[in-house]
Amino acid sequence: MIIKNKAIAADDWTVLRLDKSDTPNDVVVPNGKIIVPLKVWQTQRDALRARTGLGVWLAGDERAEELKNDLAMFSVIAVDFPKFADGRGYTIARHLRTRLGYTGELRAIGDVLRDQMFYMQRVGFDAFATRSDKDIGAALKGLNDFSVTYQASSDEKLPLFRRVQRGGGL
Amino acid sequence: MYRYDNFDHQITGQRIAQFGDQVRRRLSGELTEDEFRILRLHNGLYLQVHAYMLRVAVPYGLLSSAQMRMLATISRKYDRDYGHFSTRQNVQFNWIRLEDAPAILADLARVEMHANQTSGNCIRNITCDEFAGVAQDEIVDPRPYAEILRQWSTFHPEFAYLPRKFKIAITGASADRAATAVHDIGLAAVKNAQGKIGFRVLVGGGLGRTPILGTEICDFVPWQHVITYLESIVRVYNEYGRRDNLYKARIKILVKAIGIDEFRRRVEADWQHTRDGPCTITVEELNRVAAFFTAPDYEQLPEHNAAMAAQKSESRAFSNWVQRNVKPHKVPGYAAVVLSLKKTGIAPGDATAVQMDAAADLAERFSYGELRVTHMQNLVLADVKQSDLFDLWLAARELGMATPNIGLLTDIICCPGGDFCSLANARSIPLAKAIAERFDNLDFQHDIGEIELNMSGCMNACGHHHVGNIGILGVDKDGEEWYQVSIGGAQGNDSSLGKVIGRSFTFAQTPEVVGRLLEVYVRERFADERFIDTVRRIGPIPFKDHVYAAPVNDDQALAGEEYRLLAAGANHDTPLYASGV
Repeated sequence: MIIKNKAIAADDWTVLRLDKSDTPNDVVVPNGKIIVPLKVWQTQRDALRARTGLGVWLAGDERAEELKNDLAMFSVIAVDFPKFADGRGYTIARHLRTRLGYTGELRAIGDVLRDQMFYMQRVGFDAFATRSDKDIGAALKGLNDFSVTYQASSDEKLPLFRRVQRGGGL
Repeated sequence: MYRYDNFDHQITGQRIAQFGDQVRRRLSGELTEDEFRILRLHNGLYLQVHAYMLRVAVPYGLLSSAQMRMLATISRKYDRDYGHFSTRQNVQFNWIRLEDAPAILADLARVEMHANQTSGNCIRNITCDEFAGVAQDEIVDPRPYAEILRQWSTFHPEFAYLPRKFKIAITGASADRAATAVHDIGLAAVKNAQGKIGFRVLVGGGLGRTPILGTEICDFVPWQHVITYLESIVRVYNEYGRRDNLYKARIKILVKAIGIDEFRRRVEADWQHTRDGPCTITVEELNRVAAFFTAPDYEQLPEHNAAMAAQKSESRAFSNWVQRNVKPHKVPGYAAVVLSLKKTGIAPGDATAVQMDAAADLAERFSYGELRVTHMQNLVLADVKQSDLFDLWLAARELGMATPNIGLLTDIICCPGGDFCSLANARSIPLAKAIAERFDNLDFQHDIGEIELNMSGCMNACGHHHVGNIGILGVDKDGEEWYQVSIGGAQGNDSSLGKVIGRSFTFAQTPEVVGRLLEVYVRERFADERFIDTVRRIGPIPFKDHVYAAPVNDDQALAGEEYRLLAAGANHDTPLYASGV
């Protein structure tokens, strides 16, 4: 199960993670709906592009720009959070949404927990593969922590001061 | 000063509800300590030696009397009747129970205060010149920009999990009183040749174990673009800053590693996508916020108050206080007053509940109900009539807040140190007290003149020891406390980093070492030459030679009362000074 579009949903995607012995160009990509590492996509693209139901995932040290010309190839793009305190994925998501104009499913994978999800949603994630040892129903509540925000981001195109009439001086 | 509107109240209230639920989940075991740690840090809550410490933000150092009274109330209700003012314009309460934290945040919210992002790897409280709005050398009042940036940085979704903490300081005056060169980003307001207002931006300054002064990344960012420009700096840092080594994760390491030119190129490349976009600050928004910082209704007064001149000649003590603690004001007949939190025998920056309430009263009586908190860990009443100075002095003296030592030897900057902080290698407050005791004589202090002595209990440098004219750093050698001494550091427009003079000293030796450094200064100085200028002129060698020429007495009796109590095994469950004034 994952959280998708603010609801708990069944999920039939598999995330392919490379073992130490695997290399991106010769790892065997199983059949079915699979989300492959960026490097696997880059080295096996000719074989993979014929597939329907393909996803790709980015690691924290990879750049959204590397998918610039490939966005239409994927049904889902995922960003990996190796540790919940690692914030690189927020900037990757923002680049995908704002700079590259990606509008498909953007999924947070890895160490994804309730208390980070509100910010993740703001920068553009709409799907969350929450950590399996945690209650997904409780995690869903994390998306509603705030109803007002100061900044513009992927969810709000305008900062608060352009969005509403603010209170004036004394 | 700024007042919350409905949106500010709503956001703050929702944050408290969020954190209250996180505390509940921690107490029920639903959250592990590892998962909870970062959440509590984002709400200013540290786990320290004895208890939780709550760090409350005083945004850009500005407090109303009502807010100050709430700090006093919190110290009585949840703590031990005192608070500690830190070098980053925060207030720290040292004896907090986790269960109480949400209620404290709710109390703070009632007076429009918070503890948001006062720790953790996010954008921290934005600090400012304590004389903003009243300084004679002010070019632009920085407070509206500081408030706009406070809102921008509060719960910024992209920048809550940066590689490391991120500190911004802003000044609008020609003299830098906000230590902008030792911040991750330092902003100095400037007016260009066309009369347009913008900011000179420094990046990559910081203390800690790799002290570096900030480098100019841009000499003029027009004010409208300050959000988008800062956003690009922080974004490049978030993408490229190191995360593999805690000690190499600050932005200064990134700037140094790739060079300022490459760093600037990446920032400008990012900025091209957002410049002139929706985050550009509008004139309407600047005007809205600036309207909260209008000048009070000043009276028309003569430049100098004759009665005050007479009071000065009648009382040397008052005269000394005016000389050291009273600062010029842009409006004739007014002055800004520094209330010293550095009375000998008291931990630097500590204020009791009684003092906090009384300072709030003084602000109401003499200064339009506003106070400022300084990065030198003192308080300021910014709008006092010269004709009121004598009465203010009498009242402040009763409260132990009129020590005439601003800018002098005993105006020591000091972190909480080993008495409280779990990071510290050594105690700093007892040593600051021992040094203050030894040089308590005010005539001697006035003779030594302007000097900054800064002390940190570990290399995280919360006491800014690198930029002290004399810097003292607590180090750990085989489990024992030692102190490393440096000279030649300075903050402000001529910032410099101090140089270590040699091998470190014991607690009991250190006051004597400070004494020897001062002996060299007295011997070598020209008339009216400040300590730092003598050090710069003759270099560190004469100081070093004199300090190490003869063995430094390790006689514990010389180290003062504090040390004797410690050596006798005083119980630090209740720190010695917590008994208060």
